[in-house]
Amino acid sequence: MSEREIMEYDVIIVGAGPAGLSCAIRLKQLKPELMVAVIEKSSEIGAHILSGAVIEPEPLDRLLPGWREDPPPICIPAERDEIWLLSRDGKRRLPTPPQQKNHGNFIVSLGAMCAWLATRAEALEVDLFPGYAAAGIRYTEDGAVGGVIIGDMGVGRDGQPKDTYMQGIEIHAPLTVLCEGVRGHLSKQLIRRFELDRDSDPQTYGIGMKELWRVQPGKCKPGLVQHTTGWPLDSRIYGGSFIYHMDKDRIALGFVCGLDYTDPEFVPFEAFQQFKHHPMIRELLEGGEILSAGARAISEGGYQSLPKTEMPGALLIGDCAGTLNVPKIKGTHQAMKSGVLAAEHIADKGAAEGFDAKLRDSEVVRELYKVRNIRPAFYNGFWRGFLRAAIETVTAGKLPVTLPVHADDKSLARLDQGYTPPDRHWVERKLPPRDRLASVYFAATAHEEDQPIHLQILEPDICTTRCVAEYNNPCTRFCPANVYEMVDGNAGRTLQINAANCVHCKTCDIKDPYQIINWVTPEGGSGPNYQNM
Amino acid sequence: MKILVGIKRVVDYNVRVRVLPDGSGVDTDGVKMSVNPFDEIALEEALRIKEAGKAEEVIVVAAGGDECQQQLRTGLAMGADRAIQIQTGVPLQPLSVAGAFLKIIEREQPGLVILGKQAIDDDNSQTGQMLAALWDRPQATFASKLTLNDGSVTVVREVDVGLETIEIDLPAVITVDLRLNEPRFVKLPDIMKAKRKPLDVVPLEELGVSADSNLSVSHFAPPAQRAKGIMVEDAAQLVQELKNRGLI
Repeated sequence: MSEREIMEYDVIIVGAGPAGLSCAIRLKQLKPELMVAVIEKSSEIGAHILSGAVIEPEPLDRLLPGWREDPPPICIPAERDEIWLLSRDGKRRLPTPPQQKNHGNFIVSLGAMCAWLATRAEALEVDLFPGYAAAGIRYTEDGAVGGVIIGDMGVGRDGQPKDTYMQGIEIHAPLTVLCEGVRGHLSKQLIRRFELDRDSDPQTYGIGMKELWRVQPGKCKPGLVQHTTGWPLDSRIYGGSFIYHMDKDRIALGFVCGLDYTDPEFVPFEAFQQFKHHPMIRELLEGGEILSAGARAISEGGYQSLPKTEMPGALLIGDCAGTLNVPKIKGTHQAMKSGVLAAEHIADKGAAEGFDAKLRDSEVVRELYKVRNIRPAFYNGFWRGFLRAAIETVTAGKLPVTLPVHADDKSLARLDQGYTPPDRHWVERKLPPRDRLASVYFAATAHEEDQPIHLQILEPDICTTRCVAEYNNPCTRFCPANVYEMVDGNAGRTLQINAANCVHCKTCDIKDPYQIINWVTPEGGSGPNYQNM
Repeated sequence: MKILVGIKRVVDYNVRVRVLPDGSGVDTDGVKMSVNPFDEIALEEALRIKEAGKAEEVIVVAAGGDECQQQLRTGLAMGADRAIQIQTGVPLQPLSVAGAFLKIIEREQPGLVILGKQAIDDDNSQTGQMLAALWDRPQATFASKLTLNDGSVTVVREVDVGLETIEIDLPAVITVDLRLNEPRFVKLPDIMKAKRKPLDVVPLEELGVSADSNLSVSHFAPPAQRAKGIMVEDAAQLVQELKNRGLI
């Protein structure tokens, strides 16, 4: 292999989500002479973005005044809020807590909004490079982060270069801003290398699954924002749903399950589909068609799990660090604010040092601090959590106690130590998609088959020896895309990885009880092709 | 010699296309657009010919609105030297595209014109053939192998009955099929270089070509839904079910 070609920039931003694009735009607004590049692993800006989403417009008003005259393509003012507690056949309306009062907010497609932000960034002469994956970190001689290494393309399944082989270049920059979103693979390496999580609790996550539907005319009520909790989840699993009514008879609905669940047999995707069969939801969806589907992990640790967000030569912003506000279920405004703050810090100081203190002193972390005890309150079940959440809301987080946050990978109960999974009494399903494979079709995920498998199993023997007995291979159930399968062959049972199905949600990297699954970027441009998600 | 490569901006092959509810067309709102995959193969072949020293210049040409400049820049990033946009506000039928390409050919005098065999949106497979006829030059379509000789080119064509090898005199039109080559990846620095390469915009009217068409599309509809099947117990039941449906 020859020496890699080098490109130089003042700032390299990894990830073209709301955090990365806001950072790029703000940087160019403050210092137009800076050379700023954004690299993005998806084939097109927005193709890997999946979110509800109801967003708070404040950061947009500050960053792009006048945006309301030329809004993103899907932008519906939130009109009405409803919170429902579901039982198998019934429902009860709950009072709307302050964090879920959405007057003044907008229902958007975050993917379409990122594509819209991208055009604003390009107009300011930010160099955007979709289709290129940052596969590694380039370190300077003194061990600081000095940029990124773009992944090689045209490598075969056997690791050998194919005819189309193209070596990835190195992008050198004195400052690298990581905006990979939840459980970014480079952030994971950097957090470990620089011990950024030494003084914080482990991060905790949820899996968010979403479908975009076109329903029969008359059923969609534009501006209606609904959230549910309760059925189909039992009181031990944290989670609930969202149903956002948009325009053109389109409804965005989704389901989130906290990944700290204990039942190894639990299938999050199935819980989502069961939720859709609740009478209230089924009535809404019947006769409609699925336009798009997908999944992505969300960060739920908030204040306690926030790592140190600076290291020599680099910053972590957005959900790379974990800035999502859980009771609001909103992370976009936080991601954008952290991106703008990073840009202002870089323009002011030209170095990473001092950013972490600035972030912790900012409204981003103040907002996280206020709601810090709500998610951990649910470790003792739904009702205790609900009560504690109510107290925390009323006291605005001022109680002098901070509940600790636990890691998700230790939470599964052992099937060989007497745990019996509960009977969930789930119903027969009629609505599409039939199963995870049918769902993956709507994610339009595409990976060149002849490339190295991007889901690295660090100790593969564990799957067929320990895991099968202890947890019955839960990866075959928590992955929303059916990537992992245990198949019977001549050599007995083996793990088969259908890497081409992967929707880049990162759930496997998070929930695997042995932490032997390491997600890395596949060839640039691979992965989902979400539309209006 | 110069090589002219025609490219088209089409809906990306990964997109799940949807027919508009009123049947007037396909929903392209917010949908990802790319260079037609066969056109990428055409461009790759032109670049390889240039790299082998048999051509000095590769020019990419596209007919469309200003959005197609994005695809022309991709062509420049892959390695083309120049780009030409035939600017038009309405979608063009193959005969109009061929007529417009002919005008560019008259200006540029290329030794070879390479196109993709068909566009993946309309699947017409007409432009190359019509262009050759209008230009009154030879054509070799569905090429899976190209060998340049002195003043001619030997082409292996993929046809229904197998492979056909023909030799045609240059200048000529060749349309390419899937097996010809695998297009290269674009290097990041080349994307930056492409921004500085020349891209000329030529309005359709300036070429003296009309956008009028003698074809109009009346209706789009999705394929009929497959009816649900049933499982049968044995051959006797199968025969009975076939009889019930009047099939035997």
